[in-house]
Amino acid sequence: MTLNIKKYAGEFAENKDTARELRIGKIIPALRSKKKVVVDFSGVSGTTQSFVHALISDVIRKYGDDVYKLVFFKGCSPVIKEVISIVFEYMQES
Amino acid sequence: MKIYLSNSDYLRNFESFLRSFDPSDPSKLEITTHDRWINVHPVVLTMIAALARQLRSKDIFIDEVTAASGHYLARMGLYEAIGKRSPFSISEHEPAGRFIPLTQIHNQMEQSRFITEVIPLLHLPSNRADAIKYTIGELVRNVLEHAKSRHGAFVAAQYYPNANNVRLGICDTGVGIKKTISVSWPARTDLDAIKLALTPGITGKTKREGGTAANAGAGLFFIKSMAMVSRDYLVVYSGSGLYKLTKRDKRTKGFPRLRVNPDRDKHAETNGASYFPGTVVAVDISLNQTREFTELLSVIRSAYTKAIRERKRDTYKSPQFI
Repeated sequence: MTLNIKKYAGEFAENKDTARELRIGKIIPALRSKKKVVVDFSGVSGTTQSFVHALISDVIRKYGDDVYKLVFFKGCSPVIKEVISIVFEYMQES
Repeated sequence: MKIYLSNSDYLRNFESFLRSFDPSDPSKLEITTHDRWINVHPVVLTMIAALARQLRSKDIFIDEVTAASGHYLARMGLYEAIGKRSPFSISEHEPAGRFIPLTQIHNQMEQSRFITEVIPLLHLPSNRADAIKYTIGELVRNVLEHAKSRHGAFVAAQYYPNANNVRLGICDTGVGIKKTISVSWPARTDLDAIKLALTPGITGKTKREGGTAANAGAGLFFIKSMAMVSRDYLVVYSGSGLYKLTKRDKRTKGFPRLRVNPDRDKHAETNGASYFPGTVVAVDISLNQTREFTELLSVIRSAYTKAIRERKRDTYKSPQFI
């Protein structure tokens, strides 16, 4: 399954409500079925740590290894890559 | 309540502005101005708008503005915000006058629309606009999630060509930081609460490291770090507490060390400021910084992760040797 972030959250992804809906409605059901998830940030210029946290922190906490095997990030600008890396890193520390 | 608009209400002089803010008698608001020149940080206007929103127009008073720059108040939407007829007629703004007038944001949809449609009014290059979008996105969301304000957030910003920075203010008249943070962390004073809110990984929503599914307790630390790196001011003011990050030494080369404990940053503070019923955040965002936003985030990542690791280590139990 591919999640087109631009389609749901626009060119600057900051809406945490949208992130939460994507997490609960799309990412978690896919992981429960052991399906691959591609989170596609193509066309998105930037995002906030809050958005990415709302999108994946709980998934990392609950699905651990499955996230690393099944969730992929595509079309990320260097800023977006960095924000995603921040959330992955501190969730593994916590 | 009384507020005086001077000719130098910058963040550098924010304490001086606060000394002229008299919050007694919340049943009315009196605004007076410098007679020759008004120069106010947008955050001051957000404070007036937020306070005024709690009153009826008839209980708000503004002096006849004689200052040559008085039209700025009209251009930023102050008269409209306080329900008064503007004495100034404003024509379309000139290209140099890049600003975001006072805007009230009640919910996430309005926030998203604001970020998409209003921030372009600053006409910033895209790599700089993202830092502004980031800051506004995080700060306004903080208000919407935590402040429990009936009136949402008030936002205003102005680009200053000489300083080449954007000065941004966000204000609410919600429950204040102390009440929010105290749900999970002990905060004796408003200033203690502000410092906790600036500490990475601390959120009022939980004591758990890594936060909840919705909150990490990172927003204000990120913004403080961005201000620190680009030598900008950051003010957080809530209740009687005021924390102002001051400019670091120009001679420091490269990235400064990002400190987890806000006490260790160069700053001014007080717990005896005129009481503000809510939260005020102001930041000056320099557009001169040559460092890329990505590089900045990378440094913040290291500091943030280290903070969580160290705090977690503090909770480890030690073996008992006898």
